[in-house]
Amino acid sequence: MEMLFSLTVGVLSACGVFLVLRARTFAVVLGLTLLSYAVNLFLFAAGRLASGAAPIIRGPGPYADPLPQALVLTAIVIGFGMTAFLVVLALRLRAETGHDHVDAREDA
Amino acid sequence: MSPDHWLIAPVLLPFAAGIALLAAGRLGLGFQRKLGLAAAAAGLALAAKLLLAASGGDIATYALGGWPAPFGIGLVLDRLGALMLAVAAAIALGALAHACTRGDDAHGAFFHPLFQFQLMGLNGAFLTGDLFNLFVFFEVLLIASYGLQLHGGGARRARAGLRYVVLNLLGSALFLIALGTLYGIAGTLNLADLAVRFAALEASQRIPLEAAAGLLLVVFGLKAALAPLHLWLPETYARAPGAVAALFAVMTKVGAYAILRVFPLGFGPDANPVAPWLLPLALATHALGVIGALAAAELRRLLAWLVVASVGTLLAAVGLFSEAGIAAALVYLVHSSLIAAGLFLLADLLGGQRGPAGDALHPAPPLAQASRLGALFVLGAVAVAGLPPLSGFTGKLLVLQAFEGSPALAWGWGILLGASIVVVIALARAGSALFWHTEAAPPVAPPLPWRACTPTAALLAAGPLLALAAAPLADYAQAAARQLLDAPAYVDAVLATPR
Repeated sequence: MEMLFSLTVGVLSACGVFLVLRARTFAVVLGLTLLSYAVNLFLFAAGRLASGAAPIIRGPGPYADPLPQALVLTAIVIGFGMTAFLVVLALRLRAETGHDHVDAREDA
Repeated sequence: MSPDHWLIAPVLLPFAAGIALLAAGRLGLGFQRKLGLAAAAAGLALAAKLLLAASGGDIATYALGGWPAPFGIGLVLDRLGALMLAVAAAIALGALAHACTRGDDAHGAFFHPLFQFQLMGLNGAFLTGDLFNLFVFFEVLLIASYGLQLHGGGARRARAGLRYVVLNLLGSALFLIALGTLYGIAGTLNLADLAVRFAALEASQRIPLEAAAGLLLVVFGLKAALAPLHLWLPETYARAPGAVAALFAVMTKVGAYAILRVFPLGFGPDANPVAPWLLPLALATHALGVIGALAAAELRRLLAWLVVASVGTLLAAVGLFSEAGIAAALVYLVHSSLIAAGLFLLADLLGGQRGPAGDALHPAPPLAQASRLGALFVLGAVAVAGLPPLSGFTGKLLVLQAFEGSPALAWGWGILLGASIVVVIALARAGSALFWHTEAAPPVAPPLPWRACTPTAALLAAGPLLALAAAPLADYAQAAARQLLDAPAYVDAVLATPR
């Protein structure tokens, strides 16, 4: 499970970084989204991977660490809000400048 | 002992004011301005109260919901945090007053709520004792800053804004990866608890710890505009509305604050993994900032590059990780934040007086009040260049003194002193272009009333005032630095929080 999990995080980050470096805003938004998925999975794994373990202490164990789950929840909410903002900003840029290049010249 | 509820007031006050301002959107701009200014003034009074309380040397803690550290979310107030709160509150009041008199806030909806939420994020970042909450407050201040930076619209502003947002989202992702790594190693994100657990780690476990420390340096360096992560700053600051750029002058200092807060405490003075990196990078930042200032074609861009240069000076002093270095950095931080904010406001006034040329450094119609605005410019320029007798001189002198006995003495003195000359040249060039190389035409803008210049003059008055109060400020900074390096006292104060 650890191997599959870390490979997933790795592939997601690699795709995210690749897309963030693209020239068009849509690819950049997608890249940031993938990157935030990778980050959320990574955060989740920081509490060690366990299956079938409850995060709330009630009766005998084993237990999962609840704190990373709370952190991931916060990070997901923040990431979601930021992505929504970025999409609106990218649309506004498209409307104001007539193109969707991230790194366009001043006079373009 | 009953908990000291004043500690959370700097977060709650702007939060409540921001929500009230959102709800009061229909009541008109006049009411919003009154409410916003009242909240900013109350924030300044609150910061002064907390500064007075912290100057005694006690580390005050506040456990939200009564959950004791390290389980609950804790706020911590020490001398460093109180100083940062006071600087942020002073700049916020000046910037907000400027925005109200100049009408920056009328160019779009939600200026006032966003301004308060930005303050909430800043104050929270200065008070939190927990790394994850540092992340959350960073996000609060960032999302408010995105809105403020874009306030008023325009294609150039939107383009600068997109890059700023994407870069900061990447920074947030790196921050979370660093937090995940730290949590994986230590099982906690409370700063005091981290300090205890890191000290008990074996050598083999320190390798991922150092990787996480490096990531944190990248994140804080991005916020502080540490080279080579400084390239976003000039464009963003030069394009933001004037009052917003002034408030942003304190935002780079949040990165510097986070470096000061996290590294000496969490990693200890001896095994600090970022110590070898910070000083050379900071000196490079200073050199690059000064070169950028020399090449700038607009006053706002010049000032933005000077902000980069001041971050270089500040982090060079921090990078010594000595008591004298940190004390000098704090004195310099107070001076450079206030003066940079004042100069951004002045650039906004000047830009409005020169017709279509704005703040570009080429001939334009003469100013209606060249002597009054020129006097303010000289005041700010002398302070920011570090010439005697104003505050920049005392700040820079302390930074130079802090290099004594350091192996980097020659590099530090060479770059900081050499760059001072370049800053003087850049400012003299800008000043002569703005005030003397004018077209033979009547002024295009009516004279400014005194009211419009008051916030600018008040912030720039920090130059002479901080120079007069140099001794008490230096004493306070010295005490703050000593407190910051005394990690065991911090750990005791936080982990023994009474409920």
